[in-house]
Amino acid sequence: MSAEKPSSVEYIQHHLQNNYVGSGFWTFHLDTIIVSAMLGMLIIGVAAYVGRRLETGVPGGLQNFIESILDFVDKTVRESFPYRNPLIVPLALTIFLWVWLMNFMDLIPIDFFPYMFQLLTGNPDAYLKIVPTTDLNTTLALALVVFALVIYYNVKFKGFVGYMKVFLFHPFGKFLIPVNIVMTFIEEIAKPISLALRLFGNIFAGELVFMLIALIGGTMAVGAAALFWAPLQAILDLGWAIFHILIITLQAFIFMVLTIVYLAMAHDEAH
Amino acid sequence: MNINATVIIQIISFVLLIWFVNKVLWGPMSKLLEDRQKRIADGLSAAEKGKHELELAEKRAKEVLKDAKLQAQNVLSQAEKRSTEIVEDAKVKAAEEAERIKAAAQADIEQEISRAREQLRKEVAALVVSGAEKILHKEVDAKAHNEMLDALVKQI
Repeated sequence: MSAEKPSSVEYIQHHLQNNYVGSGFWTFHLDTIIVSAMLGMLIIGVAAYVGRRLETGVPGGLQNFIESILDFVDKTVRESFPYRNPLIVPLALTIFLWVWLMNFMDLIPIDFFPYMFQLLTGNPDAYLKIVPTTDLNTTLALALVVFALVIYYNVKFKGFVGYMKVFLFHPFGKFLIPVNIVMTFIEEIAKPISLALRLFGNIFAGELVFMLIALIGGTMAVGAAALFWAPLQAILDLGWAIFHILIITLQAFIFMVLTIVYLAMAHDEAH
Repeated sequence: MNINATVIIQIISFVLLIWFVNKVLWGPMSKLLEDRQKRIADGLSAAEKGKHELELAEKRAKEVLKDAKLQAQNVLSQAEKRSTEIVEDAKVKAAEEAERIKAAAQADIEQEISRAREQLRKEVAALVVSGAEKILHKEVDAKAHNEMLDALVKQI
């Protein structure tokens, strides 16, 4: 934040700007990359920590917690994925844990990390956007990997010709081939795009609401009015944060379930 | 907000993370969960087996007990039978012995009687002969009258 009080628009724009290097297509959002990588390392670190003292008998606290998550994901996969594929559970597990953690960054008070970062770098205008899932690049990356797997398994289980047949004869039979191609193409493309945009949109909107709530205190709480606006901001922030816990979990879950369902459809030989 | 090369980095991160999660988290954990499942199943089946064995053992114990009771009963009744047999035997033997002793005494008496009778007969014969001698005053030829005397003796 600059020395003089920023306007509401400036405040929001500042928060929506990634910390980046490069230009044009070759721009790298450093905050997105580093935060998501750190969260990934957190997962691996905790897994390695627990993994070194696994208890077959009665599991302790942290192991119990992780086991219940694993059980939950495993059950979800088994319910909607009737095929045998050793990749699916780790994939679903990664999506659920990673997306949830990245979404969770949203619940950290919105100015905390940017402010710390600005103090640390000594640059009062330094950008930092710590929620990787409010960056379309992250959600699209996840969706593209899932999409690549969908295509790979489609070709693997239906054969290349079989997969092309889906484009030609689905959903209206052989007399409307041009329409079929367009329809199926849209259907397939819609999968990764809807995956990416749904997650991005939900978390982005949530983040935006947090910003607007933060603006109450930032712009209106001047002098005696602060006695009214500051508690209101606190109450609204708390309410939205509690609601947001539900949203971040739900979005992580939806991303995982849709991934499983798309892959199950790809395994289906008689489409 | 625009899509750029970050997406490439994120794809690489994601793929690496899947690999790591599989290696570090899901791999050992799923193995552990499977092991635990197997252990629980084993324990349950062992408990079931133990219960079954206990039932069998109880049944066997009951049978053994029943057998033992039956045997004891048998032994008891046999002993009773044997004792009555022995008593009966002893009675019979005693009776026989008494009979035997009685018979022996009878035979003795009989013998004594016949001996006495013989003696008496001889004495009577001698008495008769001496009486007749005295009556006849003459010596009777014992030889000549022996036959007659014998007949006489027998008649007595």
